[in-house]
Amino acid sequence: MFDFLVSFIPRAVVQGVPLLYGSTGEIVTEKSGNLNLGIPGVMYVGGICGVIGSFLYERSLSDPSQMNAALGILIPLLSCLAGSLLMGLLYCFLTVTLRANQNVTGLAMTTFGVGVGNFFGGSLIKLTGADVPSIALSATSNLYRTRLPFAGDLGWFGQVFLSYGFLAYAAIIIAILASYMLNHTRIGLQLRAVGEDPATADAAGINITRYKFMATCAGCMIAGLGGLYYVMDYANGVWSNDAFGDRGWLAIALVIFTIWRPNVSIGASILFGGLYILYLFIPTGKDLAVKELYKMLPYVVTIVVLVFSSLRNKRENQPPESLGLPYFREER
Amino acid sequence: MIHIVKRKEMPLTHALAIRFGIIGLALIACGIVTTLTTGLSPIDVYGTMVSGAFGTMRKTWILLQETAILLCVSLALVPAFRMKFWNLGGEGQILIGAFASAACMITLGGSLPGPALILAMLLASLFAGGVWALIPAFFKARWNTNETLFTLMMNYVATQLVAYFVIVWEVPKGSGNIGIINQSSEAGWLPTLMHNKYLLIVLVAVALTAAMYVYLNYGKQGYEIAVVGESPNTARYVGIKVNRVIMRTLVISGALCGLVGFLLVSGSAHTLTTSLAGGRGFTAVMVAWLAKFNPIIMVGSSMLLEFMSSGAGEISTIYGLNHSFGDILTGIILFFIIGTEFFITYKVVFSKKGAERDV
Amino acid sequence: MEATQPAVRLRNISKSFGQVQANTDVSLDINRGEVLALLGENGSGKTTLMNMLSGIYFPDSGTIEIDGKPVVIGSPKDAFDYGIGMIHQHFKLVNVFTATENIVLGLKEAGKLDLDAAAQKVKQICDLYGFDVDPYQKVYDMSVSQKQTVEIVKLLYRGAEILILDEPTAVLTPQETDKLFAVLRNMRDDGKAVIIITHKLNEVKDISDRVVVLRKGAYVGELVTAEATTQEMTNMMVGHQVTLNIDRPDPEMKYRMERISVKNLTVKNREGITKLDDVSFSIFTGEILGIAGISGSGQKELLEAIAGLQPVENGSIEYHVDDVTTEQLIGMDPLKIAGMGVVLSFVPEDRLGMGLVGSMDITDNMMLRSFRNGPLPFTDRSEPRHLAELVVDELGVNTPGIATPVRRLSGGNVQKVLVGREIAAAPTVLLSAYAVRGLDVNSSYVIYDLLNRQKGNGVAVVYVGEDLDVLLELCDRILVLCGGKVSGIVDGRTTTKNEVGLMMTRLGGGEMA
Repeated sequence: MFDFLVSFIPRAVVQGVPLLYGSTGEIVTEKSGNLNLGIPGVMYVGGICGVIGSFLYERSLSDPSQMNAALGILIPLLSCLAGSLLMGLLYCFLTVTLRANQNVTGLAMTTFGVGVGNFFGGSLIKLTGADVPSIALSATSNLYRTRLPFAGDLGWFGQVFLSYGFLAYAAIIIAILASYMLNHTRIGLQLRAVGEDPATADAAGINITRYKFMATCAGCMIAGLGGLYYVMDYANGVWSNDAFGDRGWLAIALVIFTIWRPNVSIGASILFGGLYILYLFIPTGKDLAVKELYKMLPYVVTIVVLVFSSLRNKRENQPPESLGLPYFREER
Repeated sequence: MIHIVKRKEMPLTHALAIRFGIIGLALIACGIVTTLTTGLSPIDVYGTMVSGAFGTMRKTWILLQETAILLCVSLALVPAFRMKFWNLGGEGQILIGAFASAACMITLGGSLPGPALILAMLLASLFAGGVWALIPAFFKARWNTNETLFTLMMNYVATQLVAYFVIVWEVPKGSGNIGIINQSSEAGWLPTLMHNKYLLIVLVAVALTAAMYVYLNYGKQGYEIAVVGESPNTARYVGIKVNRVIMRTLVISGALCGLVGFLLVSGSAHTLTTSLAGGRGFTAVMVAWLAKFNPIIMVGSSMLLEFMSSGAGEISTIYGLNHSFGDILTGIILFFIIGTEFFITYKVVFSKKGAERDV
Repeated sequence: MEATQPAVRLRNISKSFGQVQANTDVSLDINRGEVLALLGENGSGKTTLMNMLSGIYFPDSGTIEIDGKPVVIGSPKDAFDYGIGMIHQHFKLVNVFTATENIVLGLKEAGKLDLDAAAQKVKQICDLYGFDVDPYQKVYDMSVSQKQTVEIVKLLYRGAEILILDEPTAVLTPQETDKLFAVLRNMRDDGKAVIIITHKLNEVKDISDRVVVLRKGAYVGELVTAEATTQEMTNMMVGHQVTLNIDRPDPEMKYRMERISVKNLTVKNREGITKLDDVSFSIFTGEILGIAGISGSGQKELLEAIAGLQPVENGSIEYHVDDVTTEQLIGMDPLKIAGMGVVLSFVPEDRLGMGLVGSMDITDNMMLRSFRNGPLPFTDRSEPRHLAELVVDELGVNTPGIATPVRRLSGGNVQKVLVGREIAAAPTVLLSAYAVRGLDVNSSYVIYDLLNRQKGNGVAVVYVGEDLDVLLELCDRILVLCGGKVSGIVDGRTTTKNEVGLMMTRLGGGEMA
């Protein structure tokens, strides 16, 4: 059993990290009253922008394995953040400035974002005229996958706690910071007010538009990092179309599962990551079909949580009250 | 200083002109994006898109068929949307309907006569789709469970369920595919009308559009849906059983999605895969919304989106690009249209106060 | 401190919302060290005008000067910076926040957020003025008067110099009102400018130094309160001499019978709080039974229980068809009640949220009660269209046509559509909640007249009202609710405002033991 856990937990964690980025980003977004269903698209864009940045940088070098470590990390990171930020700005421009329907805008962003990811993922080589068979950014990936040097010497402890790239720890730190920001700072208080009751926040002199923009863009950038982590760390720098799959939607499910608490999402993401790959660990013998049923688990669990939280109906456990609604001061 | 105020009332012609204008702008933007990424001249791009959509008789029919299927999904979703129930589960409801049809074809293919088999498939699909939508509707009605996320999750449950049966039924074993079902006997295949295998689906869509338009605008149930959507309290006040209307409407919505699953399996694909629905459940949300939930206008909006996607597909094929290019163009057009609504509802006023403020 | 120039000077302010002109060319001054009453009927543009001062709305034209300097107030934040604070009729409080969190919300204090220190400061302010606020209490657990207190503390915490209160007494008991007024006087004596928006003349007389009257969005004039008479103010407010008397024909006693008897009715809301406690009374044919009480005393639950919209814990509601036959209404929904042949009409408080569908046109709203008629699965709009034309015609609904969505109509016209539909059903019982709230004088009288005509036809009419003057002049009997209990039932012809007012605040209305 212990051996099983030691091999299982690290795999659950690496599955959970993209979900943690996605859910933390979406929680921050939703606290401002924006229900961004474009998060799956944003995560694709974050991933592909990192890939593009890294691809162009690696190609500019004669020997990618000799690349400058700082640049090798920073270029994909900044490209990823920039791409995600643009998606956030687009969403805000449409839903906040132009007051468009959030559901429709979000779905359009997902269509667009997944399209951008798969298009550039599939056509990057042709577009740039490169003479490589496929996108495999192993040099960049190695940088992202750098572990603590002594982690391997610490046995099970090292394997469970220290066997991850820096983005995994960053995800946890960001989630804790987001949690602290929401609950213990002036900005957090005002952000929550914007999502709960924008008219009240407005009357209190809070700039609703700015808060919604800031929270949503920050949320998108955090979520975009999830895409970057997936490609650079989890997938070893290999982009394959649609490989990121439906993790973006699972991240949105996690927001509900954790009742809008980023700190809770740390554990919950790992749990979901575990459920996501549980089928690999359950002996099914020759019956491959049953594995497909196990893959259903995270979704079923989310549905159960969704139902239970609606049954319990506690005031503090409800979504931000104005979630999904546009705000217009002179509406009457 | 800029201030935004609600417009008094915009004449319909004016509003339509803005909408058409913005679609034109969106197409220009798409051309620019295409030129930037592929280096083609915009004229060539549009020429390619038009020929991709209407170039041959067969392409035109395929476009019509795809439009018809997308339109059917949108028609299926629209009663739920009019009730302000965000059914994002069209994808799963289509898939589960398709699954029911395929199950009938595989298990009953040899034992039932042709028409009876098709009838059984149809009923099974309607039933399966209806049940799949009823589950979230039940929880929404009873405990106000968030339907957007519930229906979304149901999509993936459906996908995995289908994935399971695809492996159970795979032909040959180990291929991971079902292959064409009943290829030799063509049992459970929809007949071709007038030697045209696309015509039947198009006719179904036409009939469904008319039926849905009448149902929503002239039916008692359609009226109930509108009242529940606009004001659940008013509905209760006049004795409408809100919970029952929610569940009934979603059964209709899901059953029609199931019908689309049946059309896909029986009418065109003749097989079952997890990607059979092809994102139509989501695209249809946007089709319906773009048309302001009006079934007649939805004909136009579904045609537009299918044209873009087939046109972009043609560009991708000819220039050896990835097919996801179509999604990018569709996204751009959607962003333009989504943004336009603002300028129809509101107007922007530039006040002269701005200058004084700096004094 | 000598006020040499007005604290605020508004000049030629105009504002419109779509087709509605809310303020036209309003100019007025606000001075330090005085309480200014902004008097006007509902819909006269008082709140809109003050919202422009507090940065919620932006004027279409006109200028605002603070201490002689022209300013642009583009947002509530700008207003704060000029020391302007406003307490809205609908409280601007975040429900899931505590009192303290609400009070510090939006403040730009230096340093880290320290809620405990803020709570201490809140406590100090409360002690100073004698407020009773728990700084850590969540707003959703508070009563209305507690919420209002939080709002006032919030302004004091911020050191506002110009305070605007929008109908602050609407939700208060007379005792709470007195307390509030005492605080306002303290603030005035402190040299602050206090503006109170109201349409209640007695309050104007009670608290204000000067009164500015608005009518239909325009400035009508101003008076020094001490020198003005109530009649003068009324004249300015309504524009012409009106008969303040509302008709009250005597009930036709010959056919008088008990129509509905409510016995031991107990109702709990969804949170399990008892809203009606052992309520018993009767409604007779051919009378108007008034229901008085502070808002939230169970009026809504009472009407909804009778109409079959509210689950009941205990008790019975009997409907007497004639002298022999009786039907039990508890456990029935509106459809079943109608199915028993009981024509029960209900004009609810929330007209667009419950009685009508705002986005639908008048015809479709007429159809709400009758759309099920006919054997076909399709609706028949010819009858409703006819009814819509009739209602528009007979009640003088001001609308471009019957195809206009009711949301676009003004409050009075919305109410006429609703009451018109409910009366068209030829009811035997007519329940109405706040039927004239937000209506202009003329529309109000149209409604009183309609209710009286129903009474003359032998309908049992229930009138839930908030204006005691109207209740006392319109109703035959008045049932007073206090905290969900029947405080007493009095004769509308003989009772006094004082008596009803006391019963509203204390069961039975007697002096405190």
